[in-house]
Amino acid sequence: MNEETAKSTDMQAMAESMIEIIDMHKWFGDFHVLRGIDLTIHKKERIVICGPSGSGKSTLIRCINRLEEHQRGKIIVDGIELTNDLKNIEKIRTEVGMVFQHFNLFPHLTIIDNLALGPIWVRKIPKKEAEEIAMHNLEKVQIAEQAQKYPGQLSGGQQQRVAIARSLCMSPKIMLFDEPTSALDPEMIKEVLDAIIELAQEGMTMIVVSHEMGFAKSVAHRVLFMDFGQIVEGNTPEEFFENPQHERTKLFLSQILH
Amino acid sequence: MEAYVQKKSAEELKPPLTSVGVIGWVRSNLFKGWFSSLLTLIIVYCLWVIVPPLIRWAFIDSLWLSTGAECQQSDGACWSIIPANIRFIAFGFYPYDEQWRPFAAMALLVALLFYSRNRNHWKKSLAYAWILGLFLMGLLMKGGLFGLIPVETTQWGGLPLTLTLSIFGLTAAYPLGIAFALGRRSKMPTIKMLCIVYIELIRGVPLISLLFMSSVVFPLFLPEGVTINKIIRAQVAIILFTAAYIAEVVRGGLQAISRGQYEAADSIGLSYYLTMRLIILPQALKIVIPPSVQQLISAFKDTSLVVIIALFDVLRTTQTVLSDPKWMGFSAEAYIFVALIYFLCCFFMANYSRKLEKELSTEEH
Ligand SMILES: Nc1ncnc2c1ncn2[C@@H]1O[C@H](COP(=O)(O)OP(=O)(O)O)[C@@H](O)[C@H]1O
Ligand SMILES: [Mg+2]
Repeated sequence: MNEETAKSTDMQAMAESMIEIIDMHKWFGDFHVLRGIDLTIHKKERIVICGPSGSGKSTLIRCINRLEEHQRGKIIVDGIELTNDLKNIEKIRTEVGMVFQHFNLFPHLTIIDNLALGPIWVRKIPKKEAEEIAMHNLEKVQIAEQAQKYPGQLSGGQQQRVAIARSLCMSPKIMLFDEPTSALDPEMIKEVLDAIIELAQEGMTMIVVSHEMGFAKSVAHRVLFMDFGQIVEGNTPEEFFENPQHERTKLFLSQILH
Repeated sequence: MEAYVQKKSAEELKPPLTSVGVIGWVRSNLFKGWFSSLLTLIIVYCLWVIVPPLIRWAFIDSLWLSTGAECQQSDGACWSIIPANIRFIAFGFYPYDEQWRPFAAMALLVALLFYSRNRNHWKKSLAYAWILGLFLMGLLMKGGLFGLIPVETTQWGGLPLTLTLSIFGLTAAYPLGIAFALGRRSKMPTIKMLCIVYIELIRGVPLISLLFMSSVVFPLFLPEGVTINKIIRAQVAIILFTAAYIAEVVRGGLQAISRGQYEAADSIGLSYYLTMRLIILPQALKIVIPPSVQQLISAFKDTSLVVIIALFDVLRTTQTVLSDPKWMGFSAEAYIFVALIYFLCCFFMANYSRKLEKELSTEEH
């Protein structure tokens, strides 16, 4: 199956919306970080967000699982509106997986314990079963042989794959990636992107903040460009890269593609 | 520029002979340069002057099992003061015929402590063993059941008192200190304020004044006829005091944990309580093992301050022996003995903390 047909069959499954963001604003003190975000993401859709540093990309995706609180507008994830209700927040967090730039594995636990922790304590699955889930997901990111090691003993690329597997153990419906490869040495970027691409082929709904343009072209249904807390432009990868409309998009692309 | 291509890779060589072995060690550690050589010579001279007479006093001319009168005649150390009075030093005014009871209680305690040293034994059953053990110790000390003669707590003294005050003090202060540390970082303003006020107030007064307050001021607030045991009051003062210091130590550890750890825990949906228990505290407490043990050791030594409210801990029982005319003048020997007891306990604590730190380390070796 080539990339193009894979994408178009996914498109048909996307009637329902998974995430709806309506006129959402956020401030850090007086600083207006997000200035009216409107965005609908469908089931099984894959979005890549790019934009200059400080434009609010991280803040936007962190609002989706309430690591940051928005102050105006609405965010609805899988039919649940994000409010201060703690029950809702915990529910949404189990459905939304997140992978961070700096991995954020738990250094005092072995790899397998890192993975089994969520299923055991949040999903209340028996330990033995949780470890089976953990091993299954480690195999998926091809790192099962490291299960008994500690995070400090793995390379950056391996740690990031463990972090992806840790999120998958909660069987999330949506995955958020915040620059998953930008803290990695160049030779490790591919192994992490491959793990994400494999997820994409299984039809996971995902939002990836990334400047890996080759990756964006091959997996994204839509590429968004953010600047100064707004979504400036969003289009299919072909149109976005070949034929950018906005001046700032053109400038940004010329800077990163040289 | 001339092009360079390596033709033959370098072989591994042994270090030169003068830098290894005994000679190498002496050269690089004792006689490296004139200043280091001079220091070495001065230190050797001082040891020569001090050590032989000390050994003579402590071991050669010393008396170990004599009477006080014989000691007065001799030049050496009078260690006899210890065996002759050991039971009073160890147990104070506890009834003489019943002193096997505090002895058994302490043996039980030491056995439990040693068993708990090994982390593989840290299971639920160990907790039950401790609860049962503490109950047995209390029963042995206090009596009143199973034909044991009741012994008033006012008669407790010596080592059991010191150990009780410190072990209960330390085990209760530690969790309390953690709670205060978490409270001080809480997002709820009232809790945060209360914790700050508590910690700063306690840190601003010496332990002695807390002990005085517990024994003199506190009873004034109790209703007529109600009295609370003096040992318990001292115990509470020690716990509250130590907890404030532990809280600050633990807070330091909490600050060292990056925001990413909280975010990762949040993003898999862990609650505040689980995040703290499973992710944050295990890491933070590991970091603060050295300063915590420092606090615990100093709290252990501070228990000797209870003499000022007339409790007979091991230091006070020793002083009492010294006021006996038969043994007057041998305070050096008696104090060395007490110092040795304190040193051994502290040494074990320090040693254990180092072992624990090593075992918990997950870095690559
Ligand atoms: N916790 C915070 N407090 C205050 N300012 C913040 C905080 N987090 C991010 N910012 C600011 O918000 C802006 C957007 O940050 P971010 O979303 O991380 O940008 P990006 O991920 O696009 O580089 C930046 O100017 C950053 O300095
Ligand atoms: Mg960012």
